[in-house]
Amino acid sequence: MEIATLNLNMLGLLPEIVLLTMACLILVIDAYLPKHQRYLTYQLTQGTLIGTALLIFASFPEQRVLAMNDMFISDPMGAVLKLFIVLMVFFAFIYSREYLRDRNILKGEYFVLGLFAVLGMMIMVSAHSLLTVYLGLELLSLSLYTMIAMHHKSQTASEAAMKYFVLGAIASGMLLYGMSMLYGVTGTLDLTRLAQTINQIANDHTVSVAILEKISEIKNDNIAVIAIGQQITENAGGATAAIAQILSENTDNTAAIAAIKPIIDQTMQSYTILLFGLVFVIIGVAFKLGAVPFHVWIPDVYQGAPTAVTLFIASAPKIAAFAMLMRLLVDGLQGLQVDWQNILILLSILSMATGNIIAIAQTNIKRMLAYSTIAHVGYLMLGVLTGTQEGYAASMFYVVVYALMTLGAFGMIILLSRAGFEADQLDDFKGLNERNSWYAALMLIVMLSMAGMPPMIGFWAKWSVLAQVIDAGFIWLAIVAVMFAIIGAFYYLRIIKLMYFEKAEDKTPIEANIDMRIALSANALIILLLGIMPQTLMVVCLGALGVS
Amino acid sequence: MIKITFYLFALILIFAASRVITVKNPVHAALFLVLAFFSSAAIWLLLQAEFLAIALILVYVGAVMVLFLFVLMMLDINVNSLREGFVRHFPIAAFVGAVILLEIILVIGAWHKLPTPEAATALAAVPNTQALGMVLYTEYVYPFEIAAAILLVAMIAAIALTMRPHTRAKYQKPEEQVSVRREDRIKIVKMPSETKD
Repeated sequence: MEIATLNLNMLGLLPEIVLLTMACLILVIDAYLPKHQRYLTYQLTQGTLIGTALLIFASFPEQRVLAMNDMFISDPMGAVLKLFIVLMVFFAFIYSREYLRDRNILKGEYFVLGLFAVLGMMIMVSAHSLLTVYLGLELLSLSLYTMIAMHHKSQTASEAAMKYFVLGAIASGMLLYGMSMLYGVTGTLDLTRLAQTINQIANDHTVSVAILEKISEIKNDNIAVIAIGQQITENAGGATAAIAQILSENTDNTAAIAAIKPIIDQTMQSYTILLFGLVFVIIGVAFKLGAVPFHVWIPDVYQGAPTAVTLFIASAPKIAAFAMLMRLLVDGLQGLQVDWQNILILLSILSMATGNIIAIAQTNIKRMLAYSTIAHVGYLMLGVLTGTQEGYAASMFYVVVYALMTLGAFGMIILLSRAGFEADQLDDFKGLNERNSWYAALMLIVMLSMAGMPPMIGFWAKWSVLAQVIDAGFIWLAIVAVMFAIIGAFYYLRIIKLMYFEKAEDKTPIEANIDMRIALSANALIILLLGIMPQTLMVVCLGALGVS
Repeated sequence: MIKITFYLFALILIFAASRVITVKNPVHAALFLVLAFFSSAAIWLLLQAEFLAIALILVYVGAVMVLFLFVLMMLDINVNSLREGFVRHFPIAAFVGAVILLEIILVIGAWHKLPTPEAATALAAVPNTQALGMVLYTEYVYPFEIAAAILLVAMIAAIALTMRPHTRAKYQKPEEQVSVRREDRIKIVKMPSETKD
């Protein structure tokens, strides 16, 4: 038997390969380390992340390059997203170490699973086949479930892990179901070929609809039907070509219509199945992003999981989910853009409304931030639904900024918490300014940015997606989005009010390691600095999507 | 010849499958299920799908059913209680049965309209284990490796979630046992002697 010619091109996967190898090595090293040297696991993990980031940077692709038999793609967008994922996880690990140690859940497995989660995200970002999208997603999800459940002693963490696991499994099932339908119609898993076939079918569908309309208008006019045949030969291919062929050969109207009927039926049927597949795929992605109405897991999981894990789940995986959205909808299902645009508009409005309104009623800050995430996901989808490269770049900008802000907000909760105290109530932020004005200022920056106030970067993120929505002609949608942003500003400003205008109930001094303090300050200052110079990040995002 | 073999295994399969749901003893039912798996594996072999046949026996008979039997034997189910409630549940069971029968009829009714599959015969030139192996380790090597990483994560997860480091496991320390002195173990206490009543 002949072996198919392989296009492995493994050099493009170097960051992934190094990451996987190091994760396995760290796993073994950690098992043999004596207890007092366990900090080495943490250092090795962070070292691996830095190494991976450097490798991604060094092998930055100029254009789209396929590898591993076209199942892996490295393009500028993927490389930029991967860099940010690694960066976010690096920060998340700095924040979480002390928190985990205080609660006696600092284990080597936590960091190893974190590395595997990063690997899963990188695979998702670079996926060029439905199969690799799914496998990357599973690798990520499985690691996340375990990271939550590792806090044995906490009832809420076990509950959160269970809910996440069950709902995540259902969502994966939905995604697979949708993928199987797409595969059933197109016969390929490869995203580029999928896009070509779907374009063809969408094209055939338009022609078929046009012909059906014409047929219902003219009953006994031979020339008209044949005229359609001459028209559609221009962009012929697939079913359209077949129809054109029949029409050009037949001069008898009824015979021609009878001959093209099965082809039209077939096209209609394929198109319907494609739409079903599209809906199920969107459900799967919307679940991972946390868009309404697939958001129910987010508040419970964010609140129940240990804050360090919430921080992890809320930041980098959202970037990966955005990448999944881009790979599936834009790379694979571009031909159905008219259809998914409407679905995304609906999801986006529901998310912005539900997230921003319910967040007002929360007293638990982790839960409040969970609803805020849902709202942010709504804004993030605004850019994608425009269907233009500029819109995608705006969404990419938004997701990176969102991850940065979430990292800062949850990092602050971790900073305030200590052994036996979680600092997850809004009231725990009362009088933070009295206790430590620097930390209060950092939280002020993060909250203002989340609310979308200039000059923070959060403002520019909202501004860029809204500008794209208006460019695409959805002025009403932009108005709705701004309305909900104003409603949403309330609960962010409430935290600022609590910090600056209320008396502190808890006077315990805030202690943290030097690396945590530096990282958190840097995190907030980056938000401020990028807000002053938003074009630096915007240029990166635009460049990643090939818009100059 | 192949027809006779097919009908033989098919009959055994139908017999075993019906016994799975008719025998009262769950252990017997599980054993009949094993027989059903074996017969269907044999039918797969007749279709030259030897990989599926072997996988079925290794995975289902070798691992799943053995676990199943373990659990059944450990549970010590009271067989008599299983016989109760037949009449009470009959209407619901009959309804579900009727629905399933209807679905089967619909499926079979729609079946003959479908075009006949073409792909199945083309494979015969290469044994399908080899054919699977060929694409699995060449064309699909990347998903294959990712699947391996997922299994590794599942293993790490299972261990991290179930292993408690501070168990009540007791270890011997021979060096301490050898060097123990009488004073470490026995304490001599002086007490005044008591008078016998």
